[in-house]
Amino acid sequence: MVFTSRDEAESAGTEFSLDSSEQLAGDPAERAGLGPWRLTGRRLRRDKVAIASGIVFVLLIAACLAAPLWASEVAETTPEENHLSDQVLIDGKPTDVVDMLGKPIGPTWNGHFFLGADGNGRDIMVRLLYGGRNSLVIGLAAALGTIAMGLVLGLLAGYYRGRADSVISWAMDVLWAFPVVLLGVALGTALALGGLDLGPITIQGDSLAIPILIISIAYIPYLARPVRGQTLALREREFVEAARAQGMGSMRVVFTEVLPNVASTLVVFLPLLVANAILLEAALSFLGAGVQPPQASWGTMIAEGVERITSAPHLVIVPGAMLVLSVLSLNIFGEGVRDALDPRARVRIEH
Amino acid sequence: MSAPGSLLDLRDLAVSFNTEEGLVQAVDGVSIELRAGEVLAVVGESGSGKSVTATTLMGLTRGPNATIAGSATFEGTELISASDEELRAIRGNRLAMIFQDPMSSLDPVYRVVDQIVEQIQAHRDTRSGEARERAIELLDAVGIPDAAKRADSYPHEFSGGMRQRAMIAMALSLEPSLLIADEPTTALDVTVQAQIIDLLRDLNQRRDLSILLITHDIGVVAEIADRVAVMYAGRIVEQGTIDEIFYEPQHPYTWGLLDSLTRIDRPRPKRLSQIPGMPPSLLAPPRGCHFRPRCPHAFDRCTEVPSLLPRVAAAPGHLDRCWLEPARKQELRQAGDRDALEQPR
Amino acid sequence: MSSAMARFVVRRLLSMLLVLFAVSVVVFLIFNVLPSGDPAVRMAGKIPTETQVEAIREEWGFDEPLYVQYGTMMKQLFSGEMISYFTRQNVSEEIWKGLPRTLSLAIGAAILWMALAIALGLYSALRAGAFSDRVLTVLALVGISMPVFWIGALMSYYLGYKAGIFPNGGYVEFADSPFEWLWHLVLPWTALSILFIGFYSRVLRSDILETMGEDFVRTARAKGLSERRVLLKHVLRNSLIPIVTLWGLDFGAVIAGGAILTESVFDIQGVGQYAADSIKQLDLPPIMAVTMFGAFFIVVFNAMVDIAYAALDPRIRLEGRPSR
Repeated sequence: MVFTSRDEAESAGTEFSLDSSEQLAGDPAERAGLGPWRLTGRRLRRDKVAIASGIVFVLLIAACLAAPLWASEVAETTPEENHLSDQVLIDGKPTDVVDMLGKPIGPTWNGHFFLGADGNGRDIMVRLLYGGRNSLVIGLAAALGTIAMGLVLGLLAGYYRGRADSVISWAMDVLWAFPVVLLGVALGTALALGGLDLGPITIQGDSLAIPILIISIAYIPYLARPVRGQTLALREREFVEAARAQGMGSMRVVFTEVLPNVASTLVVFLPLLVANAILLEAALSFLGAGVQPPQASWGTMIAEGVERITSAPHLVIVPGAMLVLSVLSLNIFGEGVRDALDPRARVRIEH
Repeated sequence: MSAPGSLLDLRDLAVSFNTEEGLVQAVDGVSIELRAGEVLAVVGESGSGKSVTATTLMGLTRGPNATIAGSATFEGTELISASDEELRAIRGNRLAMIFQDPMSSLDPVYRVVDQIVEQIQAHRDTRSGEARERAIELLDAVGIPDAAKRADSYPHEFSGGMRQRAMIAMALSLEPSLLIADEPTTALDVTVQAQIIDLLRDLNQRRDLSILLITHDIGVVAEIADRVAVMYAGRIVEQGTIDEIFYEPQHPYTWGLLDSLTRIDRPRPKRLSQIPGMPPSLLAPPRGCHFRPRCPHAFDRCTEVPSLLPRVAAAPGHLDRCWLEPARKQELRQAGDRDALEQPR
Repeated sequence: MSSAMARFVVRRLLSMLLVLFAVSVVVFLIFNVLPSGDPAVRMAGKIPTETQVEAIREEWGFDEPLYVQYGTMMKQLFSGEMISYFTRQNVSEEIWKGLPRTLSLAIGAAILWMALAIALGLYSALRAGAFSDRVLTVLALVGISMPVFWIGALMSYYLGYKAGIFPNGGYVEFADSPFEWLWHLVLPWTALSILFIGFYSRVLRSDILETMGEDFVRTARAKGLSERRVLLKHVLRNSLIPIVTLWGLDFGAVIAGGAILTESVFDIQGVGQYAADSIKQLDLPPIMAVTMFGAFFIVVFNAMVDIAYAALDPRIRLEGRPSR
């Protein structure tokens, strides 16, 4: 039916439905010709809750990065320094940091021992910030590692298909077969003992790089599979065919045509991956297969706290609350990103 | 007061939706009558409001964001103000509807026969065995080969044409008096389209089934319709018998539609004819006649909404919404290449 | 069973075996090849003696070429004779003892989380956009943000130790006292389920909302079916397909090792806790065995889920893939 423009003809098959009432309305921004990323950005900016969450997460990172500042200026101690035999003024009375029965003080809400002390007389607030630095850095680095590896593998498998796909998919299946926690634990334990010594790569057993590597590997299939699926589908689309007809080499096609479309999947996955990586690191550290002492992470702090939970529950509550706060803010922000990318899902919701 | 023989009578039907961007007036005062035994086609492009009109009759547009006004009387029952329960009893029973995409319109996890039986049992107290037999009869009647065996298939095992036939069979299972067909052939191959149209025509002529056909395809209209209503941006801009619309079209939009057909009886034009521009946004439609911005013959009166009236003396049933004088319309139609179809001698 | 189905099953079995083989090779690499240092010393645990190290080297053949080492390892694992050098206990026996406990935890939690997730998912979908829906969404998000071991520890402390409502961890055999068995599992079941309820209720909610917009739901309404019937027989039936398959995978993952954290916190002495204790002692043979055990469960459940998918969705019975 040759009514108007080509776009009309293409959508001629689409009958009006409630969902396309927005199409009838014609989003003024769309009509102005803004690209899909700008539109997403606009929608995201309108989502106050998501933005607030994102800010909370950034503030958490900032606070943890400022750990050395807090330690030297406010608490005037280090994360490892134990004050077992020291005393602190509470309500004017000198109190033992750790009393005779081994019970440490609770939050003082002062510069020193702001959140109290742990079983070894160390300042919890300082450890919390330093540990947070580890937890968050590991989480972010691992997520980026997963994206890097998962993206490459997914693109290769989806674009080249055939042999490459069979091998990569099969490798994903094998990786998938490992329970995530056990895989992390297995690798963590094995590597914690002696470090990694693989040809040119040598990593110390207690380096942070080990949990980062382990966690990023563990999550590869979670990203590679969707990327592969999308690439497979995109491969068949006309614009890819057009690019190849123009004589573009495969690598260029992947970069210029496929990648931008896969990017939206990545944007949605990133907050989720970071959140899960943080939780996995906490779990591994809790079990002893993650960050190794004397370094701290929120996971190790919870593990230490659980041992003394009957006398000092705040040792468990505090690091856990920080974990929940970080992960929750990431999840809420991630929700916002997803909604911004696909607002139609939201329109239906409002019916 | 509805005329005798009037099966469906729409009066000033108006449907609007509250969206994130504002209020969308999808249907803006539609009034039309469908008589028993006839095929009435509603033609228009995407966004003209034709599908919303149809789905509103079935009550499928009801929701917190929708405002529905006006009246639609079907077999004596007022549909717009009917309760959900009343409407449910009529749907699938007296008034049936088939949709555009038969692939996604059938539930993929249930067998075809079971879906028909489900409809039968929703309205009648029939035993499963009996209902099943009736379903197979229906499938056979719509032309599905080997119906008894095929009935137990799943929808994805049917071809597109067969699925649409199955949908038609299902819709007719309780012998409704009116079938609403919303773009029934759009998603099908051209050859299959013809078969489905033949089937519908057959059902109309032999079983006296009245059909409200929603489509954007004028070719389909020509094959089967008795009367035609042309919709644009939520309003009916012209309505009349099929001869009146094809041979004496009165509205510039209708001219554009007919113009865009490729003609066998004329020398091939250098370019296919198009109506320039795009349909208006229903958030902020143009003042007055909705077609004004795209109409090459617009003049100052067009900022006033034209009423849908009979303007041709000899044809009281032929209504249109254009301020131009009928004589002027005749002139414009016959100017140069912009002819209507010629009545055969 | 049709021949197409039979071929499908056989293909699956073969691929399962292949994956398990690959897993065993990877386990071998992880423990014997990857880390630096002397494997025999590692095996001997935290405080090795010279004779112990020698004996281990002999038994596991660390001087032999790699593939022989692999063979020895497999023999050890499957012989049922492998012992932990630290605890001096037979590894297979320990796993066998822990299995019913892990299963009690996993099965109970799986049923609990599924039931609640369906109820909450359905409820929020039907009231989408309303206040109650938003509240549930926030709760779900909080649920998936909480580390299992943390919430478990806190629940155990506050509801068990302090309030005394629930027992303070531990496990009671069903044969000894069904009631106590149940009562001891309430908190662990809840802790383990929270994360899954949060996740599944949201997935189901979005699935249901998407399905409600599908054409066949519109057809069902046009047929004049009651809203209840449309919801249960058409919307839910279709929405549950991906959920059930995810559930199968997660259930397998919980048995395989997801329970490790919950078991440790509540002292359930199942397979997971056995692994956790072994980790603390860096006791390698049990860790290897449990990893193999876990991978086996996951692979089995993966296959079962594929079969279940075919049973639930007629579209993939012939093609072997969902065509949607």
